[in-house]
Amino acid sequence: MPVTKLLEKWSGQVTEVTIGATRAEGGTRSKIVKIGGETVMPFMLEEGRMPNQPLIAMEVLDTEPTWWPDCLKEPFGSALKNPADWAKKCQDEYQADLICLKLWGAHPENKNIPVDEIVKIVKSIKEAVGLPIIIWGSGHSEKDNQLLPACSQALAGERCLLGAAVQDNYKVLAATCIADGHNIITESPLDINICKQLNILLSDMEMPTDRIVIFPTTGAIGYGFEYAYTIMERTRLAALGGDKTMAYPMIGVVGSEVWKIKEAKAGESEMPAWGPQKERGVAWESSTAVGFLLSGADILIMYHPKAVALTRKYVAQLMKVS
Amino acid sequence: MLVIGELINGMFKNVRKAIKEKDKSIIQEIARKQVAAGAQMLDVNVGPAAADEVAAMQWLVESIQEAVNVPLSIDSAKPPVIEAGLKSCQRKALINSTTGEQAKLDALIGLAKKYGAALLGLCMDEKGIPNSVAARTEIGMKILAAAMEAGLPTDDVHLDPVVLPVKFGQDQIGSMLQTIKELKILSDPAPKIVVGLSNVSQGCLNRPLVNRIALVMGIANGLDEAILDPLDTQLMDAMITADLLLNKFIYCDSYLDAYRKAL
Repeated sequence: MPVTKLLEKWSGQVTEVTIGATRAEGGTRSKIVKIGGETVMPFMLEEGRMPNQPLIAMEVLDTEPTWWPDCLKEPFGSALKNPADWAKKCQDEYQADLICLKLWGAHPENKNIPVDEIVKIVKSIKEAVGLPIIIWGSGHSEKDNQLLPACSQALAGERCLLGAAVQDNYKVLAATCIADGHNIITESPLDINICKQLNILLSDMEMPTDRIVIFPTTGAIGYGFEYAYTIMERTRLAALGGDKTMAYPMIGVVGSEVWKIKEAKAGESEMPAWGPQKERGVAWESSTAVGFLLSGADILIMYHPKAVALTRKYVAQLMKVS
Repeated sequence: MLVIGELINGMFKNVRKAIKEKDKSIIQEIARKQVAAGAQMLDVNVGPAAADEVAAMQWLVESIQEAVNVPLSIDSAKPPVIEAGLKSCQRKALINSTTGEQAKLDALIGLAKKYGAALLGLCMDEKGIPNSVAARTEIGMKILAAAMEAGLPTDDVHLDPVVLPVKFGQDQIGSMLQTIKELKILSDPAPKIVVGLSNVSQGCLNRPLVNRIALVMGIANGLDEAILDPLDTQLMDAMITADLLLNKFIYCDSYLDAYRKAL
């Protein structure tokens, strides 16, 4: 007796967000990317469409990451000393889809890099690469409220992705993104109710719905991954079920989460039973990335080029199944 | 919950006057207001006083469709009036309604098939509205079985357990609620359960409160749709909150606003 496959039918669709603007569109990017637009759960391509495959942004810091383990520094070499060189390497050698500049050093408790210095870095990256750009603030509300508008203006017309707006501090960033034509990241602390509330607050400010990307807060495997996975999955189920306030693409932070935990950081002398660090860190980062892909992430922010390559291969395989 | 706006009905003075004077603007304004307030479908009933019910139904349907783009529930006890409405409908319509009476059932299933419409069946027949849950459910089953046999998808069958005014049949409310539960298990996928809500409060002093509580109780028992006044904000808020408590959507502090925005 033939068995009929039971296929799920969904009524909703995730909005499609465009990042980057070419010269013809008023920017200077050599390519633009689109994310979102799904009508199905991740990679269930028999049940609907995933018009845009998930992308990988490689993260560049405003500060040389002296604390990184050697096996992570090695692929970038001296480029780590200069954010523009670093970004260019990610573009030219490691085929990143986007560049994410994380303003870690701008945080008052880190290096407190002044706003004008950061703007110089932003401009140098804009000149160095043609990829679409993500700018991620320091996480310090007061500093970000000075910093992000300045970065936004320096990149006006480039249709970047700027973040992150949080429930207690979203107005300045939202107004800035609306004014300069950028997309916005809304961040909620592993809390789906706050995620939804923040999306409503943004729509009250008339932020266009095709310019919002959700960051539900993510963690590495073994460090809260399950919470993030469940929340992302539930968010996507709500979106496909027709809840337009949840129907936005999602972004996952992988690199910085993975490379701060001991399973990736600890050297072989410290943990001989755990095997070679070179392979362990890459395996941890790519496994975490795959987990987030399966929960519905549209962009992953990653560090190690080998993990990036493995993840990209995995995406290509999953996108082939039909 | 699917909200079917009840305000375009010849029983209301303003609608009756608009039909008589062929004043489209009044009808279109009521249509727009109901849709803006969250109605996803509009009920259309020419009322008992129209001189030419067939012509009035056609005129109403055409006037409404010029103003809003939602499906219509064509509401009449007379098949020719229903057919006049169906002929003019641009979107898939709901026939409101058949009963379990065989001749009527056959005629209206025929119309549903001819026009690709959905069918609303009242759990009553030529003998009236049965008192018992079992007898109401039996009529519901009869309607559903007849529709399925004729090839209508179960998705297109909406069953109404029949709401009577609490003032005149207080013991009926409990059986109506119980009937909702019974009707839901008649088939898989389950038929959609709908009520004409406002009937429950006929003759009551505080109609909005009675409507509101009856709707919430209905939802708790599995009600999917209701023909009601969407301009009653408190009623709509209660409905949204009942859906929230049943985990039909994700909570946020502005959930009332979010629900309306997500429509």
